[in-house]
Amino acid sequence: MSESTAAPAPAPGTEPHPLRAVVLAGGLTFEREVSLSSGTQVVEELTRAGLDAEVRDADAELLPGLTAAPADAVFIALHGATGEDGALRAVLDLAGVPYVGSPAAACRLAWDKPAAKSVVRSAGVTTPDWVALPHSTFRELGAGAVLDLIVARLGLPLMVKPASGGSALGAQKISRVEDLPAAMVSCFAYGDTVLVERFVDGVELALSVIDLGNGPEALPAVEITPASGVFDYTSRYTPGLTEYHVPARVDAGVAERAAELAVRVHEVLGLADLSRTDAIVSPEGEVHFLEVNVSPGLTETSMLPMAIEAAGYEIGDVLARLLANRVGTTR
Amino acid sequence: MHLSAHPHPSPRHPRLDPLADRYAARTHGMKTSEIRALFSVVSRPEVVSLAGGMPAVTALPLDAVGSMIGELVSGMGAQTLQYGSGQGDPRLRERICDVMALEGITDAAPSEVVVTVGSQQGLDLVTRVFCDPGDVILAEGPSYVGALGVFQSSEARVRHVAMDDDGLIPEALEQALLECRANGDRVKFLYTVPNFHNPAGVTLTEERRDAIIAIADRYDLLVIEDNPYGLLGFDHEPMRALRARNSERVIYLGSFSKTFSPGLRVGWVLAPLAVREKLVLATEAQVLCPPSLTQYAVARYLDTQPWREQIKLFTELYRERRDATLESLEALMPRGTTWTRPDGGFYVWLKLPHGLDAKLMQPRAVGAHVAYVPGIGFYADGSGREYMRLSYCYPEPDQIREGVRRLARVIEAELDLHSTFDTVDTGRFRAVGPMGSTPRTPDVEPFVGPANSDRFEDRRS
Repeated sequence: MSESTAAPAPAPGTEPHPLRAVVLAGGLTFEREVSLSSGTQVVEELTRAGLDAEVRDADAELLPGLTAAPADAVFIALHGATGEDGALRAVLDLAGVPYVGSPAAACRLAWDKPAAKSVVRSAGVTTPDWVALPHSTFRELGAGAVLDLIVARLGLPLMVKPASGGSALGAQKISRVEDLPAAMVSCFAYGDTVLVERFVDGVELALSVIDLGNGPEALPAVEITPASGVFDYTSRYTPGLTEYHVPARVDAGVAERAAELAVRVHEVLGLADLSRTDAIVSPEGEVHFLEVNVSPGLTETSMLPMAIEAAGYEIGDVLARLLANRVGTTR
Repeated sequence: MHLSAHPHPSPRHPRLDPLADRYAARTHGMKTSEIRALFSVVSRPEVVSLAGGMPAVTALPLDAVGSMIGELVSGMGAQTLQYGSGQGDPRLRERICDVMALEGITDAAPSEVVVTVGSQQGLDLVTRVFCDPGDVILAEGPSYVGALGVFQSSEARVRHVAMDDDGLIPEALEQALLECRANGDRVKFLYTVPNFHNPAGVTLTEERRDAIIAIADRYDLLVIEDNPYGLLGFDHEPMRALRARNSERVIYLGSFSKTFSPGLRVGWVLAPLAVREKLVLATEAQVLCPPSLTQYAVARYLDTQPWREQIKLFTELYRERRDATLESLEALMPRGTTWTRPDGGFYVWLKLPHGLDAKLMQPRAVGAHVAYVPGIGFYADGSGREYMRLSYCYPEPDQIREGVRRLARVIEAELDLHSTFDTVDTGRFRAVGPMGSTPRTPDVEPFVGPANSDRFEDRRS
């Protein structure tokens, strides 16, 4: 679907009435709580920036509500399916409602982690070897034989994670072969396809990209150092359990390559406005793409706000600009 | 607006919590957990929640209660909006004695009653008064999640005592006491929910009540009897409380949360006079006094409203929901699933077919729009993974049937998954697997504490 701009949007604060923003948060996914937290933060920041912002759930009231009280633009702070898999965005496209973020088709691609890995690898980006398989394959071919092949090919340790979804829910690092079947059982509870990936040890980076109208811009990398050694759900959302270093403590060459990788991923997947790529820097200094998030967390413990601040921007100003840029656009 | 970037001159190290190094050690278990996150969808109407233990307060005569509370403010504001006594309103304490008489406690004096902010505060006070860090508390396995939280914050160690369909097993209690004695452990009390247990749904039999009191006498054991559900029996008159059998060794916790309203937060402790003194001092240090308005509201409700008939109405409503739950479970659950059959209260305790884990299964259940509480939250030692608690108190019978239908499908899908992976012999892996290695089984210590953090926040008296 092509993008058209009806009229250039006035900068926030210069219009006669403040822009009205609807922030979508909640949803019916495993990440509802994180999303509600993101949504609350976004509303606070947009309000601080002078916009008229309110949070709404993605439920049966949403479309009638947007009809009754149209928003100048919608900010999608939904995490997990519907918000990130492109479905909700496709509906907003049908309704002609402008929204901040990537278009539906790009979201569908990014949401499918194995598909996204294939695309970025084809574009020359390094990403750990992987295999993605549904439960039925294990059932039909015999789990032992298939796991045997996986271990033989990818080695140990492995990362086992759902093929879609965020917040590290269902993700496990597996170092011992005997833990693999249980990890598969645990992971399949989150979805029908599991992504098994060669584990790369190294420095974990969150690479945020924003596009304020002049093309995608990589923000300073956020280095993640969880106290437990594993950046799992608890480490992500409990303040104090993880140390973040912004900019990351990597040499200039690595930082530059990481920034290039994030922008490259943003472009080849057709993403727009904002994204966050998760990557690992190996001890040799190679940057490996892990996955990309089209609706990055904006909670108090999220990495995108840290990166925005580290770049010298105000979070509210950035969010307001992204929103203003979308006013009057349809996709 | 012009956006320009002014990068910070030096690297920043945001840990997001600058006070992280200063917290007390006992807060280390206070972490965000996946279980809690998964529960956030319960508020959506698409989800059938068999998780929360919320009483059906809409069955109350809300207009009458509203008028009553309005009059308490407009007519008695000088008292109801003022501080009150730390021990609680004398009139309410008299009426509490009337309520306890229904369960055979006929010798209680209002002076022995301390009104608390729900019985949760009562339990907290009792634990603070009796327990030092490292002391041992005996509690049923499983045990009420909110009690485990209180014990954890007091840095006490919990030793679970086995129960069956007839409640706490006296022989297991005696064995635990002997082992504690041999180990030199300081056992401070037994914590027990004898009626319609939360989460197990079972009730301690007459014979076992006497046996447990006899053991308490023999071993000089203090018993904390937590009884929020005692008046909510479906099939028979309330049973005689443990406290009715022994006034010296039993401290009794009561609540209006299930018989009237949990939102008012009114509970009580009945304790011997010497203990009562300490409880009053402890509560004054904690909250000064329980809220005056809600105490007056409960007293006025007991004085002016047909509260016994209201309890009967509640039990009829809960009985219908219990029946819907048990009938659906019977009709739909896969083989190998077992559950308790409560004759009162709010809960069914369900055991999954062999090998299934209620916590690991939870994302699938959320995806299927049904919620339960994984059993692991009701143990302080990380056990209970094969169990879940189902609450029937809040959803309507049709919702319950639909919820059980969804749950049955979830369990079937999980069984299918396990049939794929449980038989994998990782010792055969050619590539990396250490030949002959055996799966690691976690060492379960009989004593543990503080309790694990993956605990769903419960609703409580």
